Amino acid sequence: MTENSTKIKVCIVIGASHAGVNFAFSLRKEGWEGAIILFDKDPTLPYHRPPLSKAYLTSNDTIEKNALKSLESYEKSNITLNLGVSVNSINRSEKNIILGNGTIQAYDTLVIATGARPIIPPIKGIDTANTMYPLRTAKDVDDIRTAFNKSIDKRVVVIGGGYIGLETAASLKKMGGKVTILEREERVLARVTAPEMSHFFQRLHTQNGVDVFTNKNVTGIDTQDGVHTIRCSDDSVYEADIIIVGVGVHVNTELATQAALDIKNGIQVDTTARTNDQDIYAIGDCTFHYNPHYDQFIRLESVQNAVDQAKVAAMAICDKNPIYDAIPWFWSDQYDIKLQMVGLSTGYTDTLIRKEEGENTKFSLWYFNGDTLLAVDAVNNAKAYVLGTKFIKENKKIDKAKLVDPSVPFKPVNLLVD
Amino acid sequence: MAKITFITSDKETIIVEGTSGSVMQLAVDNNVQGIDGDCGGVCSCATCHVHVAPEHVEKTGKASEIEQDMLELDDNVSEYSRLCCQLEISDQLDGVVLTVAK
Repeated sequence: MTENSTKIKVCIVIGASHAGVNFAFSLRKEGWEGAIILFDKDPTLPYHRPPLSKAYLTSNDTIEKNALKSLESYEKSNITLNLGVSVNSINRSEKNIILGNGTIQAYDTLVIATGARPIIPPIKGIDTANTMYPLRTAKDVDDIRTAFNKSIDKRVVVIGGGYIGLETAASLKKMGGKVTILEREERVLARVTAPEMSHFFQRLHTQNGVDVFTNKNVTGIDTQDGVHTIRCSDDSVYEADIIIVGVGVHVNTELATQAALDIKNGIQVDTTARTNDQDIYAIGDCTFHYNPHYDQFIRLESVQNAVDQAKVAAMAICDKNPIYDAIPWFWSDQYDIKLQMVGLSTGYTDTLIRKEEGENTKFSLWYFNGDTLLAVDAVNNAKAYVLGTKFIKENKKIDKAKLVDPSVPFKPVNLLVD
Repeated sequence: MAKITFITSDKETIIVEGTSGSVMQLAVDNNVQGIDGDCGGVCSCATCHVHVAPEHVEKTGKASEIEQDMLELDDNVSEYSRLCCQLEISDQLDGVVLTVAK
């Protein structure tokens, strides 16, 4: 901070989840002395979302155990948290926002961290299916737990075989549910992994007693006496006491659109997370941003992106000239399987599987575009994940024959082309 | 109840008490610089790396295989490294001194 002291300035953050909360604390750490005010329509103290479909669903924990930060932390860092408050509009020319109750709040810098919301597909009868839930918020999970505990038969149909659907299926199975997954594509995780990985997870669920059906396009739901009858386009029918919907998200771009900010597949930002308005930044799931390593514009739904982009925006606002160039990473936990992913596999030409000697559920899938390593999916194999991360970051060329040979120890020096 | 001492890379000493949960969460709640816990405590991000004081390794135990693998290529790794999301707070940890790795 040079001649422009931030002491009397106001930074407003719309959205208090992973991106918004991490941003607020990072901004304070970077030296911002003015007000930091967070708004979110969710009334709950901001929490970790990844456990929602996993440990939080299967436990009896209160959501406070999963808080991103304790309430005292906000007070200590002088960050104002306004929960249960919606934002109606952004007025760029006046540099203020209008809240749901009509209050006007002025800003010097505005950060949009509005995230995304679950798609509820336009299936006939879905709006009258009373025990039908998406899974995005703590309340969604509380509602699922309540309905599940009340249900006698505990038949669950999960519409959508993506990560949310699969993780939720694994959790509800563990809780004693009779779980069926209906996936529209010909394999689960079709949008995000190679067929080998899809088949592994489909087998994993089947082995654990979950029925997985693919090529299932749900066309209608009839609800009578608390039982849902789910019809597919191939005339197959499934009965459920509870329906979980996990078919992807809509990006929350409405405020940005109405404020005439540049929108593509999300709110368009530069490598410092700034929008086309120099006083407005956007971070997290809602952004469409450039990734230098992969030389493409992307939108990511991940904790890593939320946290890292938050740090970049905080540095940028405090004149530290950062560039957002992270390699994306993700994880998923299902049953006793830990999947860790790094990189972006878009545009891969071939994949290789590295198995470990004497291990059935420890392997890794390596995505290449020719000789260039793009991404790694590591199953119960943190070593493959960290090696892959290093190789991708440093653009290392890999000896593919050695990579797939389990007798070659998993060390960088053994696997690289000189 | 366990009294835990964190020493950050700025040589700040933070002494806090906890009764349950993970050491990572305790550190995050007390704004210990360098402990981020981005993944929420499932050993997926390695942003909660600490070095246990050598004389206290008996209290914490050694790093598990997944912790070792996650730290395999970390420049700061040592035989006293732990990912503190894997350390459950209990009386056994009372008095432990942890130096934040970054």
